[in-house]
Amino acid sequence: MVSSTGLTLKNIKKSYGKTDVLHGIDLEIALGEFIVFVGPSGCGKSTLLRMIAGLEEITSGDLFIEGAHVNDLPAAMRGIAMVFQSYALYPHMTVYDNMAFAMRIAKEDKATIDQRVNSAAEMLQLTDYLYRLPKALSGGQRQRVAIGRAIVRNPKVFLFDEPLSNLDASLRVQTRIEIANLKETMKQTTMIYVTHDQVEAMTLADRIVVLSAGNIEQVGTPLELYSKPANLFVAQFIGSPAMNIFTVKVLQTGKVTRIKTQNKNVFDIPISSAAQIKEQTITIGVRPEDFCLADKESCMLSGEIVFIESLGEVTLLHLNSSESTDPLVVKLPGIINKQKGEMICLKTELDKTHLFDEQGISLLYQV
Amino acid sequence: MANNKFSSGLMLSLRQLRRSPLMIVVHLSVLFLVILWTFPTAGLLISSFRDKDQLAVSGWWQSLSSSEQNIIGRTSAPDQQVLLDGKYVLSGTIEGFALQDTILRFGWTSKQPEAYQVNTIASMKNAGTLTVSSDGQYTMTSLVPFTGSRGKRVFYTQLTSPKFTLDNYVEVLNSEGIGQSFINSLTVTIPATIIPILIAAFAAYALSWMRLPGRGLLIALVVGLLVVPLQMSLIPLLQLYNTIGSYFGVSAKTYFGIWLAHTGFGLPLAIYLLRNYIAGLPKEIIESARVDGANDFEIFVKIILPLSFPALASFAIFQFLWVWNDLLVATVFLGNGEHELVLTGRLRELLGSRGGNWEILTASAFVSIAVPLTVFFTLQRYLVRGLLSGSVK
Ligand SMILES: Nc1ncnc2c1ncn2[C@@H]1O[C@H](COP(=O)(O)OP(=O)(O)O)[C@@H](O)[C@H]1O
Ligand SMILES: [Mg+2]
Repeated sequence: MVSSTGLTLKNIKKSYGKTDVLHGIDLEIALGEFIVFVGPSGCGKSTLLRMIAGLEEITSGDLFIEGAHVNDLPAAMRGIAMVFQSYALYPHMTVYDNMAFAMRIAKEDKATIDQRVNSAAEMLQLTDYLYRLPKALSGGQRQRVAIGRAIVRNPKVFLFDEPLSNLDASLRVQTRIEIANLKETMKQTTMIYVTHDQVEAMTLADRIVVLSAGNIEQVGTPLELYSKPANLFVAQFIGSPAMNIFTVKVLQTGKVTRIKTQNKNVFDIPISSAAQIKEQTITIGVRPEDFCLADKESCMLSGEIVFIESLGEVTLLHLNSSESTDPLVVKLPGIINKQKGEMICLKTELDKTHLFDEQGISLLYQV
Repeated sequence: MANNKFSSGLMLSLRQLRRSPLMIVVHLSVLFLVILWTFPTAGLLISSFRDKDQLAVSGWWQSLSSSEQNIIGRTSAPDQQVLLDGKYVLSGTIEGFALQDTILRFGWTSKQPEAYQVNTIASMKNAGTLTVSSDGQYTMTSLVPFTGSRGKRVFYTQLTSPKFTLDNYVEVLNSEGIGQSFINSLTVTIPATIIPILIAAFAAYALSWMRLPGRGLLIALVVGLLVVPLQMSLIPLLQLYNTIGSYFGVSAKTYFGIWLAHTGFGLPLAIYLLRNYIAGLPKEIIESARVDGANDFEIFVKIILPLSFPALASFAIFQFLWVWNDLLVATVFLGNGEHELVLTGRLRELLGSRGGNWEILTASAFVSIAVPLTVFFTLQRYLVRGLLSGSVK
């Protein structure tokens, strides 16, 4: 059957006894799409992935892989391959045997096994290590064996559970590029990738699914999530450092929204708003990189520098300001000559701000 | 910086100091245990190779030094006598004298077996004389002819050089029935080790990785069975076995019965030990195999068994030793016939019938020790750490 949907999740729920871990996940994944589940740890990403893999029972809801209902299909028959966070190599088998294991179980003939293992090994630069045991490999190599073991099976769906979290920083970048290449060579394979690292999510994903406490917060391309966060959670989760937020009062609605800050400063934000939020308390968000230094006349916000992170190409200033109860973070290009304890003035283009209602739902973009 | 280094050095030596009294105690205890174990074993081993006469008069720690022994030998028979200068003379080497030994003293009556130094001339009745040299040569003279059919008795004290021999083993294995019992013991022990391991490994896998209702309860039951003393269940078990056996027309005491008994008594511990180990294997490896399409049996055979070698080996050693050394269960479940009596049973019998024959007892004991030692040293190389390294971070 040819189908353009890779996976369909309909109201999928999971509970362990009385504790609900996932509260109804609805998601359509296109064939060959690279989807990243991202969210803070403990939010249920792995659980969702393991339910797709068939390692965890689906409490309620329906799961379809390429149109077929697979709720009750055992893991082995779902046409999936999974790369575990901890590699999970078979320690007593050589690299070759690790990769050939699934095919041997499936009783493929020797020549096919040999050919597929060799081509996967070549692709992952493992040819010289085929007859070593996992314990004689470096971390990066082990991770590549785990990936190779999944590739040789020609899966319909490729699942990764935080595959890079055990690698050191430079290896992580390198393996990330390898996974991106893999995505190019296996265009027909749907890939689902779990991570808590938003940089991985942003660089790899066709679409990102942001999860929090067992719910989908937003689904979208990386840039959509960055520029049009549907709620405060996504706004603060995507982007680093996190978006700054201010609690303000709405004075006037209409084509321009007039607000009053904690410090009783009044601004006109050139974003239209509905009448019912008038007189309400809302939250506005400004990304650290949307601030710039200002002189006395154009000053919108002033604050005292409490900490400076000079990274060379950018400088992060942490400020205490009377406008916000939380410390603010400002990201400025280049090297900034400021001292700790100094007062500085900032401004922003008001049309780049994000507005959220009292529940944290975006007033600008709907899911 | 320097200060830092100094203080960390100080910390290090302090830590060593704090640890060292304990280490010394540990080392001393190990040394003590090693000595406690090695000395009797060495004694047993040495004794089992010694000549039985020497074994009777001196301990194994004297086995390398020569010992004095009082022996009664004989001259050659009277028909060998020659008439020389009017005296009848018998001469030659004392019968039964071993050439490597040395004679110190001799005598011609049982009242005074050590009356004369070698090479002196002893005067006997009828103006006869006897002289013996240290290499066993003697000359006996008499004025009247020697009569009788046997040679005359000569008492002598010799310095025996140490003698080691395999004779004890040959005797024990052939004529004392230890050889047959050895085979009987193996017939009991090998199946009684393998059967529970197989069953327990399957059970341990199921109890740790398969979803089944009442799993926790089953595990609790197994742990509970660990504390049931064998002596308490022995007789009810035998009755049960006999009842069921008579129903099928199986006699009461068979190898099959004792295999079953040992399996039953070994299983709780086996399941408990193996389950603890197998449940501790990384979950991801098993899930990975499951995703790779392996069913439970394939996971068990291809993943669990190879990774559980250390646990299997430790239990195998344990069970083997316990069954091999068992006397109680064997007495209850197996007969006393030549083809059923196990080594421990045979040793007990020998202790009764040949209690004074140290050479038999030591050799038999060593035969029965040898197998557990071999088993231990063969299997201990599987007791390795790091079998899982490289699999999961
Ligand atoms: N076997 C389990 N029994 C009970 N609770 C579980 C189990 N597995 C996971 N959970 C809970 O489910 C939640 C989601 O876990 P998980 O999916 O592993 O999170 P993550 O997003 O970090 O991968 C966590 O709060 C965790 O405590
Ligand atoms: Mg996880």
